[in-house]
Amino acid sequence: MKIQTLTGGFSDPSTDGARAFRVIMNAVARPGRIGHLTGATPPSPMSIAAGTLLLTLCDPDTPIAVVGTLDTDAIRGWITFHTGAPIVDPDAADYVFGKWAEVKDLKNLKKGEAQYPDRSATVVVELDSLVNQGAILTGPGIHTSLELSLPELELFQQNSASFPLGLDFIFCCNTQIAGLPRSTKIQEAL
Amino acid sequence: MNEYNFAYLDEQTKRMIRRAILKGLAVPGYQVPFASREMPMPYGWGTGGVQVSAATLTPDDTFKVIDQGADDTTNAISIRKFFEKTAGVQVTEKTSDATVIQTRHRIPETELSEDQILVYQVPIPEPLRFLEPSEVETRKMHALEEYGLMHVKLYEDISRHGAIATSYAYPVKVEGRYVMDPSPIPKFDNPKMEMAAIQLFGAGREQRIYALPPFTKVVSLDFDDYPFEASKADHSCEICGASHTYLDEVIVDDDGNRIFVCSDTDYCATHASKPQEAAE
Repeated sequence: MKIQTLTGGFSDPSTDGARAFRVIMNAVARPGRIGHLTGATPPSPMSIAAGTLLLTLCDPDTPIAVVGTLDTDAIRGWITFHTGAPIVDPDAADYVFGKWAEVKDLKNLKKGEAQYPDRSATVVVELDSLVNQGAILTGPGIHTSLELSLPELELFQQNSASFPLGLDFIFCCNTQIAGLPRSTKIQEAL
Repeated sequence: MNEYNFAYLDEQTKRMIRRAILKGLAVPGYQVPFASREMPMPYGWGTGGVQVSAATLTPDDTFKVIDQGADDTTNAISIRKFFEKTAGVQVTEKTSDATVIQTRHRIPETELSEDQILVYQVPIPEPLRFLEPSEVETRKMHALEEYGLMHVKLYEDISRHGAIATSYAYPVKVEGRYVMDPSPIPKFDNPKMEMAAIQLFGAGREQRIYALPPFTKVVSLDFDDYPFEASKADHSCEICGASHTYLDEVIVDDDGNRIFVCSDTDYCATHASKPQEAAE
């Protein structure tokens, strides 16, 4: 077992987790607003923000999928050691971690059921940059409108059209985090 | 505070509640089931609100609890002391100083900012429950967006009383999709729900969490010819003189004489010192 597997966790799980959750909650409640999430240091190439989110929300009750370049022995070992979360196929996962190019073609992710829309996957997407410029977001949590550099348009529009079913996205770039729940409506940048 | 984990609950429970809160925010107005824990207080005393607060608080927070607007009731004081002891957070009675406010059945008069979180204690989260006792059926009704029954109830109010007599827990429609119980707040408070703060709702006994992100569209159900009205007692506060706040009727002596006072004790105390401003 490598030392990297054992390190990089929260120094104080309960208060680090509480502070991290507030950042994540603000990101989901205020889609498009970029926050800073730190506390954990996962093995690369997983970002600090995604690793911190993982330690804050995931445990043996949450099946996780790591796809593409994130699916390494180091990351699997780190997740297992720190959270005990079972690592499963994407279509069974509550949380899916990956780069946009690797997650965008995933079919059959859990989108919830008509009577239980909450039984859907949260997709944590690693991006190379995250700025408040680009597609125009409106909807719950956004006072008027907000711009965010989404990697694509159509897939997110389809996702929000299926409301109340759908995926909830969280974008991570280094220590930056921004949310895009299914309730957000997306328009092309002007 | 070494005897307790931070904010009383264990970490795995808090993670479960946190995940429910996030799904609630993603689907505003939808009731997310969660595995409610027994808390060291009876059901009906805010066990849902307390669990949501426990999962939300950080050591840097300033916590306020109100019970029908008042900071000084047994329930409010007990919950405040509970988190003072188990989370070591600062507590306050001043609305503007608080970062997390747990409330039983009121929204503070002072407008909330985006740095604040309002946590509601909810007794019966299902707005259709008194019309349809079966959870299987109400869940289907939400899935199919079948809310005719609620309009029939409001119509029956009108045919019996000449007006919509529902005065608290007045049903709202969230973002044109889910009909939601705003918890038993007076309908006077309904228009305030489109606010800058995050609103979280916790029902402990019924094991449901739901949420409203800031500025979510919240429309009180009504009819074109009987529009929604945010009513209050037609008086001014006897203590601070405010005429635009929600009032409690208080019997003050054995002869049944009564006065009207602000239900929001912090707002009343702040404005009693400057009654001129409050009367405006």
